[in-house]
Amino acid sequence: MKIYGVAILAACYLAGQLAGELLGKWTGVNGNIGGVGFAMLMLIILADWMKKRGYLGAEPEKGILFWNAMYIPVVIAMSATQNVNLALHSGWLAVWAGIISTSSCFLLVPFISRVTRNAEANQQEQH
Amino acid sequence: MELVEKILEKNGFVFAFLVVGLLMYASSRLSATFTKGKIPGIAIAIFAGLVLALLGDKKGIADISFFSGMAFLGSTMLRDFTIVATALGASFGEIRKNGLAGFLSLALGIFIAFFTGGSIGYAMGFQDAISFTTIGAGACTFIVGPVTGSAIGASSELIAISIATGVIKTVMVTILTPVIAKRIGLTNPHTAMVYGGLIGTTSGVAAGLAATDPKLVPYGALTATFYTGLGCLLCPSLFYFLVRAILS
Repeated sequence: MKIYGVAILAACYLAGQLAGELLGKWTGVNGNIGGVGFAMLMLIILADWMKKRGYLGAEPEKGILFWNAMYIPVVIAMSATQNVNLALHSGWLAVWAGIISTSSCFLLVPFISRVTRNAEANQQEQH
Repeated sequence: MELVEKILEKNGFVFAFLVVGLLMYASSRLSATFTKGKIPGIAIAIFAGLVLALLGDKKGIADISFFSGMAFLGSTMLRDFTIVATALGASFGEIRKNGLAGFLSLALGIFIAFFTGGSIGYAMGFQDAISFTTIGAGACTFIVGPVTGSAIGASSELIAISIATGVIKTVMVTILTPVIAKRIGLTNPHTAMVYGGLIGTTSGVAAGLAATDPKLVPYGALTATFYTGLGCLLCPSLFYFLVRAILS
């Protein structure tokens, strides 16, 4: 039954939201910290565990894969419902602040990636 | 005609599937015929989505009544639900191996976005601590900006600027990621996790990676989903105090 897979996905999503809200409350943010991230970790671990024991067959997995594939259409609908007008009409300050801060983060990606990879490699050598 | 409009309005969510499906089909044809597949169809479709958003106002195209279903299809709930579903294809080993790198990039990414964004505001005349903090927070994401601004008592004009800054970041990340992906080495889970942490805007990261290589989505999205929460935690507290100490 495909719905079993969707139900597992829903359970992970909701549990993740709860974890994120609790972490937000605990740190005083009053928002959700990493709810989606927690849900993803739960799904990865749970699906792995269930597959090993043969609880997660091909049918339930198809239910999850359907929503996995719907992700790109959702992102396109999301782009079409952003406040792009505000972004284009809010003056140069927002444009420059957005462009320059984003570009500096982009430039750092290869640098940080290399540094952390080297650090991990060193650590593994020491073991 | 009136009848068609009535049906579309009543069944907005279902109509949204048709709209996005047609948009994706047209984009993949465009990609194949005019760019020989060099610009991915998904990237064209997302860009077309952003252009369509210009037809409306605050909620983009969903402000037009018979496109209102697009707002539900593109809502935070469905976005997050489908992002969680992408985790099924991710390897836990990769995540554990690169977890530390992901978290280091998160901290650094928020720090850099905040201080470069705030400094641009400072250079353009917004020189008090509240303005610096609100604009800097907006340079993190369009959610961190208004959350921080209202926490420290910023004016609604400042909050609007901070939201706009965040939206421009999302738009930039969405469009530029597939273009520069190879140049910044965005071809493996490790770099995708670092990228998600440094850039942080979940919508931008998710859309950008989807257009670059859908296999990388779960890794980038995993770290990026912690960014907004951490930003909301750090900007109105630690960073605000730092800015106040420096500027006074």
